Amino acid sequence: MTGDPGKRAEQLPFGIMGAGLATIERRIPNEEPPPLSPNPDLRVIGRNVPRQNGREKVTGAMHYTGDIALQGMLHARILRSTLPSAKVINVDLEAALCHPGVRAAMTLAHPGNRVTERVRYVGTPIAALAAVSPEAAAEALALIRIDIQKLPFVTDMDGAQTPSAPRVFAPDVAPNGHPSGFPAAADLPLRGNVRGPTVERRGDVGYGLSTADVIVEGKYRTHVQTHCCMETHGIVADWQDDGLTVYISTQFTAGVRRELADAFGLRLAQVRVIVDGMGGGFGSKSTLGRYGWIAVALSREAHAPVRLILSRAEEQVDSGNRPETSQRLKIGARRDGTLTAVALSSCGSAGVGLGAGVGDMASSLYTCPNFESTHTDVFVNAGPGCAMRAPGNVPGAFGLEQSIDELAEQLGFDPLALRDRIDPSPVRREERRIGALRFDWHRKRQRTGAPGPIKWGVGVAQSHWGAHVQLDSACEVRVMRDGSVEVFSGVQDIGTGITTVLAQTVAEVFGLEARDIVVRIGDTDFPAGPPSYGSRTTASITPPARTAAWHVLQALFRAAGPLLGTMPAKLVARDGFIMAGHEPDKRLRFSDVCADLRTDSISAIASRQDDYGGFGRQYGNAATAQQDLGGVQFAEITVDTETGVIFVERVLAVHDCGRPMNPLQIESQVHGGVLMGLSFALLEQRVLDPRTGHVLNPNLEAYKFAGARDAPAIEVIVLQNYQANSATDAYGIAEPSIIPTAPAIANAVYNATGVRLRTTPMTPAVVLSALGHRPHAEESS
Amino acid sequence: MKRFAWRQPTTLASAAAFAETTVADAMVAVRPDTPARHGAVLQAGGIDNLDLMKEDLLQPNLVISLRAIPGLDKIENQETGWRIGAGATLMAVAGHPEIQAQFPALAACLNQSASPQIRAVATLGGNLLQRPRCWYFRSIAFDCLRKGGGHCFAIHGENAYHAVFDNEVCAIVHPSSTATVLVALGASVELTGPNGATRRPLLEDFLVRPKQNVRRENDLQPREILTAILLPNLSASVRMAYLRLGEKRAFDWPLVDAAVILELDASSVCRQGVICLGAVAPTPYRPRAAEAILAGKIIDVPTARSAARTALDGARPLTHNEFKLPLIETVLRRTILRAANPV
Repeated sequence: MTGDPGKRAEQLPFGIMGAGLATIERRIPNEEPPPLSPNPDLRVIGRNVPRQNGREKVTGAMHYTGDIALQGMLHARILRSTLPSAKVINVDLEAALCHPGVRAAMTLAHPGNRVTERVRYVGTPIAALAAVSPEAAAEALALIRIDIQKLPFVTDMDGAQTPSAPRVFAPDVAPNGHPSGFPAAADLPLRGNVRGPTVERRGDVGYGLSTADVIVEGKYRTHVQTHCCMETHGIVADWQDDGLTVYISTQFTAGVRRELADAFGLRLAQVRVIVDGMGGGFGSKSTLGRYGWIAVALSREAHAPVRLILSRAEEQVDSGNRPETSQRLKIGARRDGTLTAVALSSCGSAGVGLGAGVGDMASSLYTCPNFESTHTDVFVNAGPGCAMRAPGNVPGAFGLEQSIDELAEQLGFDPLALRDRIDPSPVRREERRIGALRFDWHRKRQRTGAPGPIKWGVGVAQSHWGAHVQLDSACEVRVMRDGSVEVFSGVQDIGTGITTVLAQTVAEVFGLEARDIVVRIGDTDFPAGPPSYGSRTTASITPPARTAAWHVLQALFRAAGPLLGTMPAKLVARDGFIMAGHEPDKRLRFSDVCADLRTDSISAIASRQDDYGGFGRQYGNAATAQQDLGGVQFAEITVDTETGVIFVERVLAVHDCGRPMNPLQIESQVHGGVLMGLSFALLEQRVLDPRTGHVLNPNLEAYKFAGARDAPAIEVIVLQNYQANSATDAYGIAEPSIIPTAPAIANAVYNATGVRLRTTPMTPAVVLSALGHRPHAEESS
Repeated sequence: MKRFAWRQPTTLASAAAFAETTVADAMVAVRPDTPARHGAVLQAGGIDNLDLMKEDLLQPNLVISLRAIPGLDKIENQETGWRIGAGATLMAVAGHPEIQAQFPALAACLNQSASPQIRAVATLGGNLLQRPRCWYFRSIAFDCLRKGGGHCFAIHGENAYHAVFDNEVCAIVHPSSTATVLVALGASVELTGPNGATRRPLLEDFLVRPKQNVRRENDLQPREILTAILLPNLSASVRMAYLRLGEKRAFDWPLVDAAVILELDASSVCRQGVICLGAVAPTPYRPRAAEAILAGKIIDVPTARSAARTALDGARPLTHNEFKLPLIETVLRRTILRAANPV
């Protein structure tokens, strides 16, 4: 066991706090800091530190992309198609270019070009311009003349699969990979509008079903949900002769820089991408996007900065969405609960995009030797989908977790007991145990129905999501002569609070408070940060932050050793002092040690190392940890059986994310997941007019999402689940926290009414229809 | 939004003189692919006008604010009843202690309307005159009947939120929940013309059905200003309730709402009942046959159920809104019972 001389053996905390926390020996790279103790032994990490920019956000002082105002900045607008399917014959910019305020205009749908001349959804960009004011841009936009030939279209996923349906794409121009980087298999056959299938198989499902004692089968349908970021997509592009600076609301500064360099033939060093405040992304701001490219191209042409902020209507129509899905699940089990087969067939539509799968819930959550899935993507004439918070697994969970509930009932198992039997995860087992106690599950399940129209019920569902890590994640920590500390990384704070977590991480190392640390992020001039998608930000960037800070601290110890007459290795940093570990009166203020530095500042850069215990899977610049991220949610609801209105009274969310760095912020993020999941389950729905292809509710009035009065009491419990994998051992929470909400609600509705709702959103119309309500149908009551 | 001029006159007479068009007329003047013909429109709180102008559905060349005219927001008790200035905000009306005491259904309705921010700015007059929320009407992409086009897109389109009564021509539902209550209360509106002349029609008569004129929801004339809402005095034996049902609990339009006014005698027998349903028809809808059932009865569950079922007579649901029928029955039954037995 001598192994790699670049590594050393360390004992790290391992396991769940309160449920057998132990230590494990890992060989870790020598440049990594010593193991971090469990949270109770720490002073800043693991504490409820309030969001650093919270006050700025609620007082309006925070700067967002829309607040950027550069000298001579122009305002861009995009002319979009009002037809769902058409061929552009001619675009005449002449009159628009003659408008006195216009500085640049461009055609985006090029007549004669087989790919771009075709309009495939209402909202397709056709032309764009930049003018001296938003008003001038709007006036000029109306002057663009388009000659366009209307073509047949199809907007519904079922209709699109019929042989006679209009073709959305010819095979040679159809997309062949997911534009947001979300995995979609390449080179699949396209028949009509149906692409695929992708098939996944292990064991023998036919055999599995033949040996089952009980088989449940269900068909589930989920609808299009839009991201509804509070801040719409926005960019200010500043093209200069010596390079390009872009201010953009983005989830991935480093990725946008790479895209820009590729798209405009620039060197990486010539492109700078900056984001300060951000009002959410949820997957829709993962890439540069078409609108981003447009703004940069206009800036290049106009030799001036160009601002392009999408309107709410543009946002709802053409900035991505969660695709609709349809899935059929067939699950076989033996009397003792053991699963014998899981068969899934699904299709989904991301409009003119790809990636409308139902995720890996059915294949991965429960132990089953025989699994088979087939999936097809269906093109329709609607705006493209893209990754949205737990893509795939949100609709996947809606189906799987209801089918498991159904199976439990048929087998005569409590839903938790069946999961104890078939779920291999020790973490979720603990989450079920803790949750059942806090929720009072077993007593509540026994509660009998009250007379009257209001029925009450409880339900549970589980989460499963990969613990993702971005390997090219780096961070610099700098200490100045006056004791000030700065952290630099390209990583962006999309609203989830990584700013505060980075401050905590570095403060812990230096024995300071989080407020002592200045965090400078969201700028590609700093070391490249990870994307803020895939719930990977914290897992990727906090380990290098701690490592870099630790290297700086070693330098401070070397400086302080002679001053204190102590070996540097015996020093510790605590409470604003650097002191001898065993002689606390031998100490110097942190700032006094810094004052003695040879240079004005010292700094160190570190990057994310491989998980100490090895990854489960590595792909390109990213990897997935060996264990997944779990989570169990319990819902308590009422159904008014006369009106079909479901009200969620309470959700208990029990989750894990490795070492919780800031429980307060984690709780906040879980609240967001539960509310978004509830809203998906009950309210939100993009409505397309089948006759025109227009989105009928491209605003936040008719597109309904949950407000304050629709919010349940949300309780959050977060495990401390130490995995001994990195310098912080932290993971993400964003996506796991939305996955189980909708099926937990649906299972509770079943518990309340005996009726299973297999369609989202569960509106009064859907509920009443499922309950069999027809007018005048209650004569007997 | 298009450019417009702004005036803030300080007298009713000058405001009326400027107001050469109504919002409804000005919107019909906005035709697809033709330069808009302009008009001058009045604006109180501005909530709805701003929405319409942002969507380019309304392109006035002049907006006349009523906010600087003194006294338009006055709430006063007169001999015949209450006079509520049309410029009073929803929040001010809902928070008025005597209105709360005498017209609890109105206060309940106002408190469930819009959001606190909007209630603080939106006026009672503007609330009554706001344009419908039909998503075809609200989109510049659809040249619908109500905007001067030739076609109602909702009748065979996405109509889950649309009318189940009186929906043969145009299937909007009246957007004002307040109107549901005010019609039930027998309110009138005071309209002041350019010479200071006033007329005071019943609100119910002031509102216009699609069969009468599909391009407007009321009979407001150019150069006329809605100056007050008049509520008649009620006898002490009147009970009332208002209930609404929406998909969301707040900041949402109702799927159906109901106001019920009952006049009970000493032995709790209903002398007269007035029912008004909202969000089910292009105007607040009074099911007279259901009202007749209440008269002379003790208001109990069977009576309420019978009236609520009768209220559905004549309903003609569209392709996606049949689910509203059980909702109407339930909400009305519960409102009747709530009026008879206040919580």
